[in-house]
Amino acid sequence: MKTNCYVARSTAIAARALGDETMVMSATDSTLFTLNEVASVIWQAADGVTPLDQIVATKICTQYDIGLEPALKDAAALVEDLAAHGILLLSDTPLASPGNSRGVTP
Amino acid sequence: MTEIAAKALKLNVPLNAQIDLTYRCNERCVHCYLDHDDHGEMTTTEIKDLLDQMAEAGVFYLNLSGGEILMRRDFFEILEHARLRTFCVKLKTNGVLIRKKEAQRLRALGVESIQISVYSHRPEVHDAITKMPGSFRQSIEAARLLRAEGLNVTFANVLMTENAADYQGVRALAAELGIKCSLDPTVTPMMDGDRSVLQLNVDRSKLQEVFRDASLVGDVEEFCALPTSVDEAALDMLPCSAGHTACYVSPYGDVYPCVQFPLPCGNVRRTKFADIWRDSPQLSEVRSITLRDMPSCSQCAHGATCTRCPGLAYLEGNMRGPSIQDCEKSYARTGIPSENFKRKNAAQPALSSLNLVQIQGIQPAPRNFAVAVPEASGVRA
Repeated sequence: MKTNCYVARSTAIAARALGDETMVMSATDSTLFTLNEVASVIWQAADGVTPLDQIVATKICTQYDIGLEPALKDAAALVEDLAAHGILLLSDTPLASPGNSRGVTP
Repeated sequence: MTEIAAKALKLNVPLNAQIDLTYRCNERCVHCYLDHDDHGEMTTTEIKDLLDQMAEAGVFYLNLSGGEILMRRDFFEILEHARLRTFCVKLKTNGVLIRKKEAQRLRALGVESIQISVYSHRPEVHDAITKMPGSFRQSIEAARLLRAEGLNVTFANVLMTENAADYQGVRALAAELGIKCSLDPTVTPMMDGDRSVLQLNVDRSKLQEVFRDASLVGDVEEFCALPTSVDEAALDMLPCSAGHTACYVSPYGDVYPCVQFPLPCGNVRRTKFADIWRDSPQLSEVRSITLRDMPSCSQCAHGATCTRCPGLAYLEGNMRGPSIQDCEKSYARTGIPSENFKRKNAAQPALSSLNLVQIQGIQPAPRNFAVAVPEASGVRA
């Protein structure tokens, strides 16, 4: 997977922040994910127009004690997993995210 | 899920909420606990605002129920707003007003699940309970249409005297349609406190049969195991999620701990939902109650394992007291009488003699509870 891909939240999900974590449920198969604090940052930043590597560099590496390379590796695995369940959309080109205007989580 | 619930409890987050959009209904089920008039339902705007507030407060699981939800002309507008706010939406309906177009729309809006009330596999029995001729055919057709859209559908069956012989038939029908099936063996009092509907509850022998049906309860030995002792940890147990991580809002904006727990805690037309959830003295009281605070239940052999519903206890007059319907269930499962039953049995001679005295305004004891009134078990069987 290219780490400069674009990621956007699907509309076919239910999601809510719970403390520093985020609950995300796929509407297609009702699989429930609990995203930890770091994964939640990626989830909230998945606006469809910011490349993943930029999200990791600006939102993760600046806030958490982790290098860019391992952070990108972990982030890529996370978004691939979420994309496989249809709750994140991946693209080589920018995507319009339905969550952009209203914010997915409170 | 347990971890999520524990975290929500710790953070005082209302993880689950039920909103009854209306009490109006196109059916008139014999066991229903609601009246069916519109006493001033929340408007579309008010409900959308409530949904926004609930999303901000952290509600994730949103049950939309009634009455019949599709009696509201703005139902899909409300649902669309709920999904925009990314709730995990579960619907409760009788399905009568769901046709292909509605099923397709529900699919497009990504509802998590739809519960349809089905009381029998025999049309005449179901229709006699709903008092709506043709309702069985329409509900089943709705279930087929929803399944054809790939939606997650559950039949919700309430066990009562009228359909006591039919629950396996409903399960078989559900299996044939690829639908899950739930069975609730408890008919609850009406929200105004009227208990006459309780005479529809099945008698103890039927409860015992149901609780020993492995196809329903799984491991019968485990389900009907003798109660474990009440230790210190058990005494600190919370009764259930009502008021702790769950709440209910009526069509008029009244907030309660649960749909089955009609303790008024505030109204969203006057107070913000989050303020009610955080500051309501009534919710604070509900949250303060542990098994230790229940005089009868803390002394009961079933204390640690009982499915006691605090709402039913409240409807019996004391939210810290026992719920006789749950005492009956504990007895039916294990054969061990609850502390409450023992006291009632001990008091029985005195109560019998009191019955000879006519005192206006005193309601007779519910007649469907075999232990309280042994000779009256199975009132309508």
